[in-house]
Amino acid sequence: MSDTIRMKAEHIDFYYGAKQTLKDVSMNIYKNRVTSIIGPSGCGKSTFIRLLNRMNDLIPNTRMEGKILLDDINIYEPDTDIVEIRRKVGMVFQKPNPFPKSIRENLIFGLKVNGVKDRDIIEERVEKSLTEAAIWDEVKDRLDESALRLSGGQQQRLCIARCLSIEPEVILFDEPCASLDPISTKRIEELIEKLKDKYTIVIVTHNMQQAARVSDNTAFLYLGELIEFGATEKIFTVPEDSRTEEYISGKFG
Amino acid sequence: MRRKNLTQFFGFGFLYLAMLLALMSLGLILYFVSVNGLKVLSWEFLTQVPRRAMTQGGIAPALVGTIYLTVGAILFALPIGIACAIYLCEYSPKSVIINVIRMSINNLAGVPSVVFGLFGLSVFVKFFGFGVSILSGSLTLGIMILPGIISAAQEALLAVPQSLREASLALGATQWQTIRKIVLPTASPGILTGVILSVGRAAGETAPIMFTAATFYTRGYPKSIFDEVMALPYHIYALMTEGTFPEQQTLIAYGCAFLLMLIVLIISGFAIFLRQRQRRYEFV
Repeated sequence: MSDTIRMKAEHIDFYYGAKQTLKDVSMNIYKNRVTSIIGPSGCGKSTFIRLLNRMNDLIPNTRMEGKILLDDINIYEPDTDIVEIRRKVGMVFQKPNPFPKSIRENLIFGLKVNGVKDRDIIEERVEKSLTEAAIWDEVKDRLDESALRLSGGQQQRLCIARCLSIEPEVILFDEPCASLDPISTKRIEELIEKLKDKYTIVIVTHNMQQAARVSDNTAFLYLGELIEFGATEKIFTVPEDSRTEEYISGKFG
Repeated sequence: MRRKNLTQFFGFGFLYLAMLLALMSLGLILYFVSVNGLKVLSWEFLTQVPRRAMTQGGIAPALVGTIYLTVGAILFALPIGIACAIYLCEYSPKSVIINVIRMSINNLAGVPSVVFGLFGLSVFVKFFGFGVSILSGSLTLGIMILPGIISAAQEALLAVPQSLREASLALGATQWQTIRKIVLPTASPGILTGVILSVGRAAGETAPIMFTAATFYTRGYPKSIFDEVMALPYHIYALMTEGTFPEQQTLIAYGCAFLLMLIVLIISGFAIFLRQRQRRYEFV
């Protein structure tokens, strides 16, 4: 199994005002693998994943030290084109957040802002990304209806389709199933399984079974520190750190 | 137990009375203005210029003038108001200065309209040399409704969930694309509510146009934005305070008042229509 490094975090410190929420976190994200980040609430896992596409830039009073590399280029260099980074590194959020527009418009938006104008290409991409996100059959006859009429699970798959529409290279999932029922959760997990052939995936989850089911590598964060990082199988069977063991066996969290 | 019920009875009773009182005053206004106004309302009243010292003919120039002034004020205040709100909510760094600006804008909303009138007189009429004209009046009214529009637009922008901005930016949209294509359309129903409230104010105020735009009598219609105009609220004021035939004049004033309400209703209706159209994708 030859793993290529796609993204790399080097000695990340992160501060909300004076409070440090990430302490010297370093880890590798491998190409075409699913990397999951687990840990109790407030451990910094969402903060970490949001650094990978510079989403935390939007939060005032925050500061980061360290480097995050995408294909060996630090995306926190002052001359970085943030828009370009976000085009390459897509994101699916905790709560489904479709735009209050039609299903079709939700998908077209990303293409339009990225300069895709050809109607045939747009039409084709809409169908392709909805198919990839396993929601095409459910919505193909109602593309012009409001996206907000879909169920929560459907909305989240629509958001995944929206993310896929611009063909990113890395996809970040920030607790994508947090507000979904078990059946929708299962569908999304199956989807992630399929997507890793084409994409590099990072998923934050507070559901350990989910991490065990979908990921190849797992990182355990605790109080802003990376306690352990390694193959999922190993983390869940023979963890090296006692805190990891306690967490996965449900002693806290 | 019984006492509790009694308290509740009086509590609800009071709320009910308050509601009834508000409804009744609205009803009475509508009733009196309509009953008296409809007596003089005719096709001639709508389309003719006034004759014989205002006692005969119509009030068409005032009708046209009020529409010009109101639409002019909205055209001026809406883009600037929205731009201000976007700057304050989306771009400006959160700081003390921004808070001071916000507070000033809210205070501006409480300034009496006659003060805006004097401001318009000294700035637009005199300083810029626009004279007593549609332009001066529209600008003055525009400035008067600006704080209301800014506040409404700010509220509407703040109500747009941050998650939508994040979704847009995460797709590689720039901040400007996000604002223009996601934030503004989502906020527009709220902004339009602000416009609806402002229309009533701009159309109905007398003091701001008294020195800047309005005149008691013109022979015809304004030919350019630098002409002075007749306007319904000022016309009502003039009919009730000047002239030699108070009885006929009072009736005409009621007719004008009725039309004024109608104009506000029509322009607001248009904004409400736009708002409903924009809301078609909202959750039902």
